[in-house]
Amino acid sequence: MTETGASTAEAAVFWVCAVLAVTGGLGLILSRRAVHSALWVALTMISLAVLYLANAAPFLGMVQIIVYTGAVMMLFLFVLMVVGVDSSDSLVETLKGQRVVGILLAAGFGILLVLAIGTALSGVPAVGLDAANAEYGGNVEGIARLLFGEYLLAFEIVAGLLITAALGALVLAHRERWQPRRTQRELSEERVRSGEHVGPMPAPGVYARHNAVDTPALLPDGSVSEISVPGPLRARGDLRPVDTAAVAETEALASGRAALGPADHPVADDPGTSPGEPR
Amino acid sequence: MSPESYVILAAVLFTIGTVGVLVRRNAIVVFMSIELMLNAANLAFVAFARMQGNLEGQVIAFFVMVVAAAEVVVGLAIIVAIYRSRRSASIDEPNLLKY
Amino acid sequence: MIGTGAARLADATNIAPVIQPLAEATGVFSYLWLLIALPLLGATVLLLGGRRTNRWGPYFAVLMVVAAAAYGIALLVGLLGRSADDRAVGQTLFEWVFVGGFTAPMALQLDQLSIVFVLLITIVGSLIHIYSLGYMEHDPDKRKFFGFLNLFVAAMLLLVLADNYLLLYVGWEGVGLASYLLISFWQYKPSAAAAGKKAFVMNRIGDVGLSLAIMLIFVTFGTVVFDEVFAMAGEASESTLTWIGLLLLLAAAGKSAQFPLQAWLLDAMEGPTPVSALIHAATMVTAGVYLIVRSGAIYDQTIFALTAVMVIGVITMFLGAFIGSAKDDIKKSLAGSTMSQIGYMVLAAGLGPVGYVFAIFHLLTHGVFKANLFLGAGSVIHGMNGEQDMRRYGALRKVMVITWLTFMAAYLAIIGIPPFSGFWSKDDIIHAAFEVNVFVGVCAIIAAGITGFYMTRMVIMTFFGKPRWPDDAHPHESKAVMTIPLIILAIGSMFTGMALLFWGDIIDWLTPVTGLEQSPLPFPTILLEIATLVVVLVGVAIAIGMYRKDVPEEAPQDVNILTKAARNSMYDDAINDVLVVQPTYSLSRAFIGVDNRGIDGIVNGLAAFVGGSGERLRRWQTGFARSYALAMVGGAVLVVVVLAVVRLP
Repeated sequence: MTETGASTAEAAVFWVCAVLAVTGGLGLILSRRAVHSALWVALTMISLAVLYLANAAPFLGMVQIIVYTGAVMMLFLFVLMVVGVDSSDSLVETLKGQRVVGILLAAGFGILLVLAIGTALSGVPAVGLDAANAEYGGNVEGIARLLFGEYLLAFEIVAGLLITAALGALVLAHRERWQPRRTQRELSEERVRSGEHVGPMPAPGVYARHNAVDTPALLPDGSVSEISVPGPLRARGDLRPVDTAAVAETEALASGRAALGPADHPVADDPGTSPGEPR
Repeated sequence: MSPESYVILAAVLFTIGTVGVLVRRNAIVVFMSIELMLNAANLAFVAFARMQGNLEGQVIAFFVMVVAAAEVVVGLAIIVAIYRSRRSASIDEPNLLKY
Repeated sequence: MIGTGAARLADATNIAPVIQPLAEATGVFSYLWLLIALPLLGATVLLLGGRRTNRWGPYFAVLMVVAAAAYGIALLVGLLGRSADDRAVGQTLFEWVFVGGFTAPMALQLDQLSIVFVLLITIVGSLIHIYSLGYMEHDPDKRKFFGFLNLFVAAMLLLVLADNYLLLYVGWEGVGLASYLLISFWQYKPSAAAAGKKAFVMNRIGDVGLSLAIMLIFVTFGTVVFDEVFAMAGEASESTLTWIGLLLLLAAAGKSAQFPLQAWLLDAMEGPTPVSALIHAATMVTAGVYLIVRSGAIYDQTIFALTAVMVIGVITMFLGAFIGSAKDDIKKSLAGSTMSQIGYMVLAAGLGPVGYVFAIFHLLTHGVFKANLFLGAGSVIHGMNGEQDMRRYGALRKVMVITWLTFMAAYLAIIGIPPFSGFWSKDDIIHAAFEVNVFVGVCAIIAAGITGFYMTRMVIMTFFGKPRWPDDAHPHESKAVMTIPLIILAIGSMFTGMALLFWGDIIDWLTPVTGLEQSPLPFPTILLEIATLVVVLVGVAIAIGMYRKDVPEEAPQDVNILTKAARNSMYDDAINDVLVVQPTYSLSRAFIGVDNRGIDGIVNGLAAFVGGSGERLRRWQTGFARSYALAMVGGAVLVVVVLAVVRLP
C-alpha cells in the first residue's frame, strides 16, 4: 500500500473512476428521462465497484456489480417498463423556490461536509487492510469470518428482512381481481359493439424495407399508420421518421395498382380514426 | 492515495444524490438518487475500513447493500401500486398529507 | 302530687352514668338483628315485589311490624331478667368498614335507653300501621305506602340500636329518606313534592353537622364506637368537645325541627296523617333528643354546648307554641305543638344529667299522646272528606264520639292534667329546670300555659260550638280499624306516665345510661306543681273565653302582630329566604359569572389561541414529500454546522 508505484496506479484509477462516478451522478439528476437516469446510475455503480476493488475490498466490488448493477438497477428498469418509459419529467419546477433552495442547501451541506472531512482526515495515514485480510487467508475469508461470527445475529435478521421485503412486495404489487377475467369472446363482442377498429392493428414495418417495430406502417394509400407502432413507443415519441422514398414508392404502387392486381381492394384511411372495413 | 480523497468523493456523490431527491419529481428517479446516497455512504465505509485496517467497515457496507436491496424491492412495489391507482409516478401527486 | 319523678327524692342525688360492658348477645338476644330485619324484609318485599303484592302486601307489612313489636317486648322481658348493671347487650354482625386504622363494625347495642325507643317505635308503629289500613284503604298506592312505612321502621330501629356513630348515621339517613318519601307520598300535589324537598334539604344541613361531628369524633378519639368514645370523653380538650357538641346539636336541630332548622316540619304535614303521627310526631323527630342524650358523656364535659342545647330548646318551645296557637290547619297546629314539646325535651336534655332521664320520659309519653292526637286529627280529616281547616269543623263530638273521647284523653295528657301521662313527664322537666335555672323553669311553666291555650282552642274549634261544615261534608265516625288503635293510644295517654313511673320505674331504669343529678329545691315541690297547674288552667280559661262564642269561618285579619307572625310560622320561610336562599342564589350567580367570563374566558381563549395558531401553522403542511425532504436537509445542514462549530476547533 505504501509502494509508490502502486500508489500512482491507484491514483490513476481513482481519478478516472471518480470523474466517471460524478459524471454518472450528474447525469442522474440532469437527464430528462428516467431510463437515461438509470443508465447513468449504472455507470456510477460500476465506477464505485472499481473504487472498491482499489480499496482492498474485492468482495464488495463484486457484490456491488452483481447486486447493484446486475439486480437493483435491472429491477429499476423493469419498473420503468411497467410504469412507462415515457414518464419523462418536465423540468419545470412546480414548488416555488424548491429547486433554488434545495440546490443551495445541498451545496452548503456538501461544502461543509467536504471542509469537515478535509480538516479531520487531512494527512491521516491509512493503516491498510493487508494484515486484516491476511489473518484468515484473504478478504473474502475475513468478511466471512466476521459475518458468521460476530455479526451472525445481524446477518440472520437481515435475512429475515429480505424475505419479509419480498413478501411485502408481493402483497403490494398484487392486484385483487374484482370481476371475472373477460374472455376473448367478450372482448371481441365489445369491440364490435363499440364499432371502433374492429380488425387487428396494422403490423409495423414497411413491406420489404424496414421490419423494426418503431417503423410505422404505410397504408396502401401511402398514409402513415401510427397505430401500427406499439403503444409505449408511440407514447414515448420513439417513432422512426418515415422514409420519404418509401412513401413515394408506395404512392406509386398505389397509383399503378390496377397494373399490379385486382382493383377491388377498397382504400382504407387511417383505421385508427375511422372505422375500417373488416378484412 | 489517502482515504481522504475517497471520503470527499463520497461526500460529493452524497450531495448530488441529495439534490436529486430534492429536485426531481419522478419517484423512480428520486429512488435512484437515494440509492446513490447509499452508495456514497458505502464508499465512505470502505475507505474508512482501509484507513482503520479493519474489515468491519466492509461488513457494514455489505449490510447496507442488503438493506438497500430490500428497500428497493418494497419501494418499487409501492411505486407500482401508486402508479396503478393514480396513473402517475410523480411524487408531487400523492399529497394527502396536505392540511 | 308527691309522686312525680323529680320530686320523689328529698335529698340530693348524684348518680353517674356507667359505661356498661356489652354482654354477649345470647338467648333471646341472639336474634337482635331480626328486629331490624323484619321491617326491612317487609319493605323489600313490598317495594321490589311490585303489583303482585298489592293485595296482601299491606297486611304483610303490618305483620312484620307487629312481629318486631312482639320481639321487642320479649327483649324487654329478657332485659328485666338481668341485673341492673348488666343490661347492655351487644351483637357484632360483621366488620363493615376497615380502612387503615379506621374500623366500623356492623354492631348492634341494646341497653336500657335503646329498648324504650324500640318499644315506642314498634308498638306505636304497629298501631299506626293498623290505623293506616283504614286510613289509606282507598289509596291506589297503598302498597308503596306500607313499604315506605316499613322502611322507616327499619331505619329508625337501626338508628337506636347502632353501637357506633357511623351506623347511627346510616339509620339517621335512612329515616331521612323514608321521611322524604312519605312527605311527598302524594307527589302529584306540587305542595307535597315541594314539602318533601324542603324537609330533605333542611335535614341535609343537620346531616352535615352529624357527619362533621362523626369525623371530629374519629379524629379526636380514633374510634366511633359509643362505649370507647364515652370512656375517653374526658381526655379530649374542652374546645374540641364543644365543637362536637355543637355539631351534634346542629344535627339534632335538623332532625327534630328545632330552631333554626324548624321550618320543614310544618310543611311536612303534607304527608298522609299516619305519617305525620309516626314520623313527624312520635318517633323520627325525637331522634335528635336521642342523639343528645346518647352523647351525654360528651355534653357533660362542655357546659357551653350544653347551654346551647338548652337555649335552643327554650326558643323552639315558645316558637312552636306560638305557631300552634295561631294556625287554623289542625295538622299544622299539631305540628307546632310537636315542635314545642320537642323543645321541652331538648331543654331537658340541655340541663345535663339533671334532665336526660326526664327528656326521655317526656319523649315516651309524648310519643304516645301525640300519636293519639294526630291519629285523632286524621280520623276527623277522614270523616270531613279531607278538610283540615278547623274553622270549618265544630260540634264534631256529636258525630265522632270515639274520636272525640280519645282526643280528649290525649288533650288532657298534653296539657298536663293529673293523672294523665303528660303531667308526670312535663312536671319533672319543669322541676329539673328549676333546679338548674329559675328563668328556664319559669319559661317552661309559661310554655305549659300556652300549651293549655292552643290545645283548648283546638278542641273547642273542632269538637264544640256550632257546625261550620262545608256543604258537601257528611262527618261520620271512622271504622274500627282506625278507632281501635285510637282507643289503645287513648288508654296509653292516660296511663303511660303512671305506668312508666311507678310500675316501670323509668327513672331507675334509665339512670345507668344517662346518670342523674338531683338537688332539693328551696321551696316545696308541691308549690311548683300547683303553680304549673294554675298557669295551665289560666291558658285553658283564656282559650275558652276567646272561642266559646262563634268562630268566624274566615280568619279575622285585625289581629295583633304576634298572631300574624305565628300564622306565618314566625316568618321562618321569609327569614330563610333572606338569610340563606337569596345569598346562595347571589353567590351562585356570582360564580356563574366568574365561570362564564373568567374561567371559560381563559379556557376558550387558550383553545382559540391554539386553534388559531394551528390554522396558520397548518399552511406549512403542503403535503409535498419534497418539501419535507427539503426541511430534513435543512436540519441536517444545521446539525453539521453545529457539529463543526462545536467539534472542529
